[in-house]
Amino acid sequence: MSDIIKRGKLHTDDWTIVRQAEGEDIASLELPAGRVIVPLPLWLARRDSLLAKAEAGVVGVWLAGDEDPATLADDLLRLQLIAIDFPKFADGRGYSIATLLRTRYGYADELRAIGDVLRDQFFYLSRCGFDALQPKEGKYTRVQLEAALASLNDFSEPYQAAVDRAEPLFRRRPREAA
Amino acid sequence: MYQYDEYDQRIVDERVAQFRDQTSRYLSGELSEDEFRPLRLQNGLYIQRYAPMLRVAVPYGNLRSDQLRMLGHIARKYDRGYAHVSTRQNIQYNWPKLEDVPEILGLLSSVQMHAIQTSGNCIRNVTADPFAGVAGDEHIDPRPWCEIVRQWSTFHPEFAFLPRKFKIAVNGAEHDRAIIRAHDIGLDLIRDAGGNIGFRVLVGGGLGRTPIIGEEVSSFVPWQQILNYCEAVLRVYNLHGRRDNAYKARIKILVKALGVEEFARQVEAEFVHLKDGPSTLTQAEIERVASRFDDPELPPEPAHSEAHAAHLASNKAFATWVGRNVRAHKTEGYASVVLSLKTHGVAPGDITAEQFDTAADLADRYAFGEARSTHEQNLVLASVRQADLYEVWQQARAAGLASPNIGLLTDIIACPGGDFCALANAKSIPIATAIQARFDDLDYLHDIGEIEVNISGCMNACGHHHVGHIGVLGVDKNGSEWYQVTIGGDQGNQAALGKVIGPSFAAAEMPDVISSLINTYTDNRHPDERFIDTVRRIGIEPFKTRVYAEREQRKEAHV
Repeated sequence: MSDIIKRGKLHTDDWTIVRQAEGEDIASLELPAGRVIVPLPLWLARRDSLLAKAEAGVVGVWLAGDEDPATLADDLLRLQLIAIDFPKFADGRGYSIATLLRTRYGYADELRAIGDVLRDQFFYLSRCGFDALQPKEGKYTRVQLEAALASLNDFSEPYQAAVDRAEPLFRRRPREAA
Repeated sequence: MYQYDEYDQRIVDERVAQFRDQTSRYLSGELSEDEFRPLRLQNGLYIQRYAPMLRVAVPYGNLRSDQLRMLGHIARKYDRGYAHVSTRQNIQYNWPKLEDVPEILGLLSSVQMHAIQTSGNCIRNVTADPFAGVAGDEHIDPRPWCEIVRQWSTFHPEFAFLPRKFKIAVNGAEHDRAIIRAHDIGLDLIRDAGGNIGFRVLVGGGLGRTPIIGEEVSSFVPWQQILNYCEAVLRVYNLHGRRDNAYKARIKILVKALGVEEFARQVEAEFVHLKDGPSTLTQAEIERVASRFDDPELPPEPAHSEAHAAHLASNKAFATWVGRNVRAHKTEGYASVVLSLKTHGVAPGDITAEQFDTAADLADRYAFGEARSTHEQNLVLASVRQADLYEVWQQARAAGLASPNIGLLTDIIACPGGDFCALANAKSIPIATAIQARFDDLDYLHDIGEIEVNISGCMNACGHHHVGHIGVLGVDKNGSEWYQVTIGGDQGNQAALGKVIGPSFAAAEMPDVISSLINTYTDNRHPDERFIDTVRRIGIEPFKTRVYAEREQRKEAHV
């Protein structure tokens, strides 16, 4: 069980993130009991046996920064959870992958940021369509995470369009000429 | 210049609050060094050799008198009484305390300024021609477009953690004074055959370790689509730019690796999805932004002021200054004035708190309250009545802002170098001041004529040495400081990268090296030929031969 932020609220979560250890064979890797988020290569290799579990909401898939979200295009209506991994918080590829999943491919269910997920990136992450934010186990205490919710609202009226606000400020609000 | 509305102000205020919280979490140990680094960098805060360096954004170089006064106040109260104009038109403080930075940002916000995205791997300050809006050769004013790009790029959630820094410049004049070909994206404002405004888009230019001149990715993007197009470029870069090696992470490396055709194809493939989307600009938005530039109505003036003509005839020093530091204005009876920050014995681009105040007073009294910073590290008063030039000169001269050297050898562009910067391999300021001391004679300086000397303390190239007619690069050789010299670089429409003339030099040799280069030029030049044109005509060999031959003679003389 870990504490995460889900749709702007603190939430106790029971998904297990499965990471492939070096030399491990994804075909035979035994999945832990309970709800699991599996890496994309594992999903692709064992898709037939996992599809029903995905539809039942007990299997989700996570993408690495160099993986193309288009690979999942056919599965987006079946998957209830997709996660994107941030190997380092300063690796910003996940922001574009999330934007593409939401705006290009129309994915509407849970989109979770995993890996090196820090509160000072919460605002940008949520703007790009992440509705679940999972900092590394032990990174924040529950109290710190509670306090970090404020970061989601660092800026009240951002200029540009993104996933959370589909229109830029100049279309959302009347801005006065001088 | 652009006046904030409530939304602009709120965003800047919210940034101050955010950074205050981040700084206090860092000071309390809750944020680690590594976690805080990109946050402070995206607020222009470097940890430098002696103290943090704070880089304040001056969007496309536009400043108001109240802002100049605030910059002077900050220099006095939080620094050592001076600041530095950078080669990207920003203002840098070298000695603020980290704990004071939130307070400084609060003061900046009170005059519609900030330090947002002046560093870090994000979209940086947009730059433009310091003579925008007043230049005679301008066909489209770039400033409203710069402001639109500024707003779009400010806290863009998708592009805050790019592989590397990202710089955009906009040009709307015949002569490109924004060096758009040395930017990650260079936007050239043009009209198509039907008279419609759009942008020629250049991508992948940049100096630094691997200097590359940008290439055309689109010959015409209609203005309505420009943010969509930039988004496509940035997305391709964000997803595919290299992240394994910081030295190969700029977009220029991606463009080179893919080839410009393939890169353009990928951008186009992304752009088709974004075209006509919500970020498409409207006529109303352009007009709104343009209207917030409260440009002064210039009262009609006679084309020629008799008093001005009389001063020119009777005062040689004034006439020399007018010849070098005053530029034609598109409006009859007006001129643009360059206030030189290149005074003998002072680091290029340094400006004292008192000079900020004088510049503010001059702006209020003679230039409708406005000033500009230039990438050549000077200040500009964009619109001055010709009849007022004499008074402006007298007051500027008293404040040390009237060296009549704009475009001449002593108008050196230099980064802060090893005296301040933790990245530098070598010092640049003492080289600049030694060269300025060597060429102290004003008549000789004017005889040499127009020449650009650029000095960088390391290959990050903040002094833009690649595009200097003479470029000087500080290098580290076994722990000591050496200087590599290039000639033949150029900015603007004929942008070119200089060629290295040979083995590097010790600091003490540099004035002699410059003398050898200048003597080669004066011996070979045709009438009215500039240094760079002579280099182009005769090639670098005669320069190189003489520099190293005279170096040998000096060595022998010493033995």
